[in-house]
Amino acid sequence: MDNVSATFKPGITNLIIGGSGSGKTTLLKCMVGLHEVDSGEISYSGQDFTKMDFKERIPIRKEIGMLFQGSALFDSMTVEQNLMFPMDMFTDMTLKEKQERANFCLKRVSLDPADVNRKMPSELSGGMKKRVGIARAIALKPKYLFCDEPNSGLDPLTGIIIDKLIYEITDEYNITTVVVTHDMNSVMEIGENVIFLHQGKKWWEGTKEEISRTDNKELNDFVFATSFARKMKED
Amino acid sequence: MYWKELTDEMVSMGVGSLGIVAVVSVSFGAVMAVQTAYQLTSDLIPKSLIATITRDSSILELSPTIGCLILTGRIGSRIASQIGTMRVTEQIDALEIMGINSPAYLILPKLLSGIIMIPLLVTISMFLSIMGGLVACSASGVLSSQSYLQTITEGFIPFMLAVGLIKSFIFAFIMTTVAAYQGFYVSGGALEVGEASTRAMVVSCIMILVADYLVAQLLL
Repeated sequence: MDNVSATFKPGITNLIIGGSGSGKTTLLKCMVGLHEVDSGEISYSGQDFTKMDFKERIPIRKEIGMLFQGSALFDSMTVEQNLMFPMDMFTDMTLKEKQERANFCLKRVSLDPADVNRKMPSELSGGMKKRVGIARAIALKPKYLFCDEPNSGLDPLTGIIIDKLIYEITDEYNITTVVVTHDMNSVMEIGENVIFLHQGKKWWEGTKEEISRTDNKELNDFVFATSFARKMKED
Repeated sequence: MYWKELTDEMVSMGVGSLGIVAVVSVSFGAVMAVQTAYQLTSDLIPKSLIATITRDSSILELSPTIGCLILTGRIGSRIASQIGTMRVTEQIDALEIMGINSPAYLILPKLLSGIIMIPLLVTISMFLSIMGGLVACSASGVLSSQSYLQTITEGFIPFMLAVGLIKSFIFAFIMTTVAAYQGFYVSGGALEVGEASTRAMVVSCIMILVADYLVAQLLL
């Protein structure tokens, strides 16, 4: 990755798009500290994350929620235990408080706690796993939410529901949300600020409305790659 | 320290391995007694030697070394595949993003559990192996139970027990750390997790055998 500079504002959904191998996930992993950068700066509210060691990063990490491509739910734990895990680790909440918070988060992602609390992740559908992943990500009331391909492996309808859920949560809690995706449905649904990566570089930045008007060749090739999208543009 | 994870691991490693340890220990104690009896053809050699050989072999070699090699198959491969699966399904990434020190959370409880529970299992194995010899001797009529029990209490050198336990501590450390390393640094998918699990077993077995020789050379 080279020469990528961006500012992500709270309360809006920031999307990073690009083709396979363009560096989207690498950029996301650099931002959350799973990959170390060779040079440059990653700042959270003015604090340079790259210069911090593991312990110094912990307070910032407590403010980060992340939804992984495969949901990354702990498969040795029930849904309820998955949700209570960050609270077990970082809060002094009582069991009742943790259960109430877990139930609240599950309800927020439109899941019935009575139905899913005792289930293991392997018993959930793909869409439910994503919802539980979002619920776990917001359990500690994060300031930052990162989503890696949130609707990969989901049918288009469920994908849109997940996108809208991310959008609503971002708006409701004024979270700084960064979504990595190559799904154009997501871009058109929730792309308030879109960054297009190509060959490891930032190629374009704008809103979803500006995409259809851009003359950036690489972005046009990416966005209008399908015959359906080309036909929509022509119409 | 993650106490809940430690106790969970101790139950899983200790209680979960008791069955295989019991079956294998009784079996190799009995086989040791029968095969020793088969080789003692001379009337000049007392049959009570069978009990002595079974006892010493069980304490010094069979329970610590063979026992740990078998436990590597159960515990080592389980650790490697469990941690490896967590790695390839991004569960370890999820832990790190939450600000949790993933080696301290995942590996340390397994390591501590191993060095606590495996010597306990080896001690149980020593007892069961000697009892296996007793059953075999009684059943085949080679040596009476009374003579067997009397012989195993005579001339016992407690240092041998210490050597057996030192071996089990070292082997437990090798087995858990090698397996955790192989699992933690796996990359790819299900195939690579399987390969890491196999590699953990092979490397652990070789290192246990080398350590076995070195401990024997140094302590005996």
